[in-house]
Amino acid sequence: MRHIISILLENESGALSRVAGLFSARAYNIESLSVAPTDDPSLSRMTIVTTGTDEIIEQISKQLNKLVDVVKLIDMTADVHIERELMLIKVSATDGERDEVKRLVDIFNGRVIDVTDTTYTIEITGNGEKLNAFMEALSSITIVEVVRSGLIGIGRGEKSSLS
Amino acid sequence: MELTGAEIIIQSLKAEGVEHVFGYPGGAVLHIYDAFYKQDDVQHILVRHEQGATHAADGYARATGKPGVVLVTSGPGATNAVTGIATAYMDSIPMVVITGQVPKHLIGNDAFQEVDSVGITRPVVKHNFLIGDVKDIATVFKKAFYVATTGRPGPVVIDIPKDITAAKYEFHYPSEIKMRSYHPTVKGHIGQIKRATELILSAERPMIYTGGGVILSNASEQLTSFAQKLGYPITNTLMGLGAYPANDKQFLGMLGMHGTYEANMGMHHCDVLIAIGARFDDRVTGNLEKFCPDAKIVHIDVDPASISKNVRVDIPIVGEVSQVLDDFLKVLDSGKKEPNVSALEKWWAQIEEWRSQDCLKYDRASELVKPQYVIEQLHEITKGDAFVTSDVGQHQMWAAQYYGFNKPRRWINSGGLGTMGFGLPAAIGVQLAYPDETVVCITGEASIQMCIQELSTCKQYGLPVKIICLNNGYMGMVRQWQEFFYEKRYAMSYFDALPDFVALTESYGHKGIQIANPADVRGALEEALGRKDELVFMDFLTDRTENVYPMIPAGAGLNEMILV
Ligand SMILES: Cc1ncc(C[n+]2csc(CCOP(=O)(O)OP(=O)(O)O)c2C)c(N)n1
Repeated sequence: MRHIISILLENESGALSRVAGLFSARAYNIESLSVAPTDDPSLSRMTIVTTGTDEIIEQISKQLNKLVDVVKLIDMTADVHIERELMLIKVSATDGERDEVKRLVDIFNGRVIDVTDTTYTIEITGNGEKLNAFMEALSSITIVEVVRSGLIGIGRGEKSSLS
Repeated sequence: MELTGAEIIIQSLKAEGVEHVFGYPGGAVLHIYDAFYKQDDVQHILVRHEQGATHAADGYARATGKPGVVLVTSGPGATNAVTGIATAYMDSIPMVVITGQVPKHLIGNDAFQEVDSVGITRPVVKHNFLIGDVKDIATVFKKAFYVATTGRPGPVVIDIPKDITAAKYEFHYPSEIKMRSYHPTVKGHIGQIKRATELILSAERPMIYTGGGVILSNASEQLTSFAQKLGYPITNTLMGLGAYPANDKQFLGMLGMHGTYEANMGMHHCDVLIAIGARFDDRVTGNLEKFCPDAKIVHIDVDPASISKNVRVDIPIVGEVSQVLDDFLKVLDSGKKEPNVSALEKWWAQIEEWRSQDCLKYDRASELVKPQYVIEQLHEITKGDAFVTSDVGQHQMWAAQYYGFNKPRRWINSGGLGTMGFGLPAAIGVQLAYPDETVVCITGEASIQMCIQELSTCKQYGLPVKIICLNNGYMGMVRQWQEFFYEKRYAMSYFDALPDFVALTESYGHKGIQIANPADVRGALEEALGRKDELVFMDFLTDRTENVYPMIPAGAGLNEMILV
């Protein structure tokens, strides 16, 4: 099953490679990974999407928790949460295509963020399914380039995952 | 007063109570060597190869329970140390390894003798540090010793750029350290302990299986009381030998690939398995699908990640083994329930029947020196109380099977990584820790050649290690597998190219003897062990075709042993 594991990590050099190294050394899957500093500059937040049996996910959590740089770990999948990815996509937009693309962008709540004579660059956020659906909707349009972020997530409700 | 980084390192080691540092110099650590020169609080032991330094520190740690400390230079010094770091990591041995690094401004430039030591060692350390500022040295050392020695112990590497060892700063060693991201669990959950006690007391065919964790946690006494209070059979892993006295009748010997018939059959047929400080290694469990088919399992371990990693357990208890066993003893004492005596009687009768197979028998009438006989004689002379280090191969298994360890921390071997070359340097560490004790290194003619240079270190520091080389002229364990599983295609051998070990030893200034006749074994051992102040290399020319039995072939269950 797919799991989203969110960890707070000491913002130290090498901390990222400890996590990445653990996944490769123990042959665990990483589907996506995103890292950034948090509002506390001494901590980074890392969100990992991984898949595995319950036993493997349990091992992943335990092994990550064992890393000295890991301050806190939550498996977001267990609770109600919101997940988002960001996609930047550059498509051809000439003559008649321009209206068609703009309409699709509006339907999907995206934004055109850069325009040339022949292309649009679009920003769109959502869960993976929505982004895939947008790409499919663009099927008649030539895609020049796609850049997708790793997934990030946050729990619903009042509580912070830090507490 | 301001000290240099190098001086801060020495003061930090002193503050940690470090007596010996095993090391080898080079450009990146010369400031530190200079600081060593100017003091005599911490003794530096000069080895002949950095691998030797790591194994010596490791042997010291295994024998004493205190962390071993290593100092090596950057680049090749650090890479030579990697095998020893990995060896310690696999067996959870507390160690602090200081590696020199090129000056900070050169890092990343492919400078002379630069390697990414933090990167190279990352998968084989509990944690590592690259020090970026002289101000951080004392804190990093405090953290390194704390992390190395608490929870599930392990090696920690500290990489220090050369310029930082010359920079100056006030020295203050922190008296305490808190790390928000590191909380080694200590106490087991009492509710779980009570539940486990219920299960344990309801057992009809119980089995206690214990590993290196009992030794690391100094829990032998508690384990012995626990097992004897219950009257249950007990087996130790290769790493766990000595945690329970081998001469006690409840002890069934080692389990696993070369374990005894009674231990493995007991495991296979038990209904309640009590696993303590053990990690269900593949050499212990054999085929997981066939492992302990009828058993409910209680598992006590300090490392939550060890629990349900290979084998699903029914009652996990995470905690420091010694404390958890203390709690178990209290719960047992306060409860009214007793073990099921009549079921136990039947179980013991079954076990005695397995034991009567005498699975460790061998041809005592042979005209050749039998390796098992050498170990048995060593046991008799030393009464099972010597410190015994070993290398890796058949000799290691025979030492484990026939020596009979009665005390913990006496059996020093590389179980997890299986590192040939471990035995002699490890013996150096043990002998330094216990100058008056008998320290024996049981080795093979292949393994000993992997760190033979350390004979020179023994000479320099007057370490009277006794080396028992079971010389079968083969990489015996490899030959055994080739005999069993590769139709006797003995690729590769070196029989015609072996050194004259007696002459070799004597060239290092030690005593060497060769023994080729069974009748001379006892006398030679007595003579060698009697030479209290001398290193003696005993080259036993043993039966070349002897195999280690019993054996569980890879993929088989614990009840599918090959017997003699
Ligand atoms: C560094 C290293 N290389 C290779 C091996 C694989 N190996 C395991 S046992 C063995 C043979 C050991 O021969 P010897 O030391 O003579 O001991 P014997 O088995 O004959 O008692 C080898 C090559 C190992 N364990 N360690």
